[in-house]
Amino acid sequence: MSILKVEKVVSGYEHMQILHQISLEVQEGQIVSLLGPNGAGKTTLLRVIFGILPLRQGKVYFKGEDISDIPPERMPRLGMCYVPQEENVFPSLTIQENLEMGAFILKAGCKPRMEEIYKLFPDLSNRRKSRAGELSGGMRQMLAIGRALMLNPQMLLLDEPSSGLSPLLVDIIFERIKKLNEAGVTIFLVEQNAQALQCADRAYILEGGEMKAEGSAREILKDEEIGRLYLGR
Amino acid sequence: MLELIVYGVVLGSIIALGSIGLTLIWGITDLFNCAHGDQITVGAYIALLFVSLFSRIGFLQAKVGPFSFNWGVLLAFIPAIIISVGLAIFIEHWVYKPLRNTGAHFITSFIASVGVAWVLRGLIYMIWGAEFHFYTSGLRPMIFLPQGIKLRVDEIFIVIVAWAAVAAVYLFMSKAKMGKALRALADNPELARISGINTQRMIDWAWGLAGTLIAIAGVLYGIETQLRPEMGWIFLLPLFAAIILGGKGSITGALAGGLILGIAQQVSTAWLSPTYKPAVAFIIMILFLLFRPKGIFGKG
Amino acid sequence: MNTAAIAGILNFLVSFAIMASIYAIFTMGLNVHWGYTGLLNFGIAGFFALGAYTSALVTSPMPTGMMANYVKQAFGLNLPFLVGVAAAALISGLIALPVGLLTLRLNEGYLAIATLGIAESIRIFFNNESWLANGPQGLIGIPQPLCTLVPPGYYNYIYLVIVLIFLAAIYVALERGIRSPWGRVLRAIREDEVMSGANGKNVFFFKLQSLILGAMIMGIAGALYAHFSAAIQPGVFEPLFGTFIIWAMLTLGGTGNNKGAILGAFIVWALWSWSTFFILKIVPAGFQTRAPFIRYILIGLLLVVVVLKRPKGIIGEERHVSKF
Ligand SMILES: Nc1ncnc2c1ncn2[C@@H]1O[C@H](COP(=O)(O)OP(=O)(O)O)[C@@H](O)[C@H]1O
Ligand SMILES: [Mg+2]
Repeated sequence: MSILKVEKVVSGYEHMQILHQISLEVQEGQIVSLLGPNGAGKTTLLRVIFGILPLRQGKVYFKGEDISDIPPERMPRLGMCYVPQEENVFPSLTIQENLEMGAFILKAGCKPRMEEIYKLFPDLSNRRKSRAGELSGGMRQMLAIGRALMLNPQMLLLDEPSSGLSPLLVDIIFERIKKLNEAGVTIFLVEQNAQALQCADRAYILEGGEMKAEGSAREILKDEEIGRLYLGR
Repeated sequence: MLELIVYGVVLGSIIALGSIGLTLIWGITDLFNCAHGDQITVGAYIALLFVSLFSRIGFLQAKVGPFSFNWGVLLAFIPAIIISVGLAIFIEHWVYKPLRNTGAHFITSFIASVGVAWVLRGLIYMIWGAEFHFYTSGLRPMIFLPQGIKLRVDEIFIVIVAWAAVAAVYLFMSKAKMGKALRALADNPELARISGINTQRMIDWAWGLAGTLIAIAGVLYGIETQLRPEMGWIFLLPLFAAIILGGKGSITGALAGGLILGIAQQVSTAWLSPTYKPAVAFIIMILFLLFRPKGIFGKG
Repeated sequence: MNTAAIAGILNFLVSFAIMASIYAIFTMGLNVHWGYTGLLNFGIAGFFALGAYTSALVTSPMPTGMMANYVKQAFGLNLPFLVGVAAAALISGLIALPVGLLTLRLNEGYLAIATLGIAESIRIFFNNESWLANGPQGLIGIPQPLCTLVPPGYYNYIYLVIVLIFLAAIYVALERGIRSPWGRVLRAIREDEVMSGANGKNVFFFKLQSLILGAMIMGIAGALYAHFSAAIQPGVFEPLFGTFIIWAMLTLGGTGNNKGAILGAFIVWALWSWSTFFILKIVPAGFQTRAPFIRYILIGLLLVVVVLKRPKGIIGEERHVSKF
């Protein structure tokens, strides 16, 4: 069953239309990757899905329910969490507090869940009292993902988690994403880095606000023309 | 000199108490609230209203311990806080929230707050007139400390309440879930929303907290001096200076800023005419801006 | 209505028009800063005060005889009115130079607060330094130009003409300036500092020019005020009020628009000076002393409503087409 469905979405900023009739589907339990060059409109699409940016036409469905007009603060309750590309931590809050904010909507305590997150990202565990603003890029990215996982969401939207990280860290991040997925989280992974295809099940290619290709990650990875045109190979 | 420093601590504590609510709102909503001073005035006058209502109740007329004020004044804190909070949230919903939702420039909200300030002051003038008012009549007892330092007993009360308020708000912001969410909102409003935090509700809470602090500051300020319609407005510039010294949104910064300004102003009277006190505060603030534009505890 | 009543109303209207025109000049000075360049100057009352004091000191004679015991001033040059106004513009502009050098690099909000502090310090300085301009009592008997031409009762007509000439001249000069390449750079700075910096224009230098020009206009307004009221005290230049009412005028009329600045000045000043007049007629006798304060409420409400409903002001910004 498709858990997320985007249907002919049109959106943009003020007088500029950025997304032109975008459609896509994510099946439950999969990792689906959205690839495309800088400025393609990937972040814009995520913001539309999560309700931060209003859509002008089209519909977005999550678990079969129309979420086109649902504001972002209600999305976590529905089971979807989002890790933005930039400014994805609260810099003056400590690691611990950042994670607590991820579970803000829970009435009950979140300590057990927090320990699970620390297990997934042991580096965070050693610096619980450090302010997020003082962390390195890799730690910050892990914290951002950790925050979004605090509610144990069914689905996670990730915006270029590998950007700005060293190759070693990129491998680690993708490995953790894979692990998360194996634990049952559906993942919509937005990337510029074609390495994402190695852990994805399916992939879409976005460029200039238009969907250029879609297929299984394996097919897309093999397609030389797509590699040359959109993935800089 | 020690004497001047002690007076400076008293003055600094009063400034700090007045400025916590201001810096809180500045940090969380980006509003530099020009009506803050007049909201303080409203708090003071609401308490005055209840003090005179309570004046018929005999047992409230007894003085509280060694202080100059009676139990009625102490009790009047409660309605003053309630009305001050209500007023703050009312203004938020009718003025600042619509402005924020249209993405107005922060200067637009600032100008709107100037309008709010005038309306509040006009109302105070209309209702209570321009003359001075006092919570209680009679002597204000003094206390004599070593080194020839004289303080009003009330001032000790004010300093204690000011520090307690700073400590309470600091603890709330660092330990309570709601306080952390307020800091998160100040840090990154969009990420706060993404995390499921209802930002408008948080902002209402922030105004509730600010309204409480405003009322406390107003009543204490009224105990310290006397009530007049301009009391809060005149008080506003030193508050601005203190929160700029302290850094946007910083509670401990507001305390440090208040103390620095208070002590510097009083100590300056050793060389300068006391009428230059406010100018001393501004010069310190401007020097600070030039060399440390983010304040004492500001980042970066 | 008898002729005396008509004369009274006319007199009231003329002195209203004089004050409103002075405020209109003041507001146009602010428009140069905020409307054209995006400088948040909250210290404008300071420049207005500098202009007023400078012109007063330059044009009045040094007090002699009995007066010398009561009025202390650093100098009294007894020069003509126009020299006083020119000196006012000059001194305000000169003081704007160090102020700008110090503060223009600050981010916009901090610039606002820094200038507010500077203006308040200027006022405190005049208040305390009695040797300079008689401290809190201020200066009185400031000379009025051409006052021998007509009987005192009609003098305001002459002064209105003088003020209107200044208003018109400054308006025309500013309208030309803003349409010149220089004005275009200023607006570019306001819209997007980074872009105009990349265009190789020296943003800081242009901001400084704008600050000085605006300050000079404010200085002129201050001088015109001093010669009209013939008496000035530091209390008149309290920044929190003297500054914000001008901001209210500009915001109401329309930021970035000189016509808006003039309109805003007239509307706010009308509300301020006329409301008392009408209110006193309708409120009960016991309430008379408090009634004038209703103008705080009126102007405050008007400001809030305009900011909410017409954020660009009553007129809004003009579209400027550059000739070049
Ligand atoms: N806040 C904004 N206002 C106006 N245009 C924007 C904004 N954010 C992004 N854009 C434009 O939208 C286009 C797509 O941007 P984005 O979605 O961030 O691309 P990507 O994430 O694929 O790099 C770009 O041309 C960008 O300049
Ligand atoms: Mg992006």
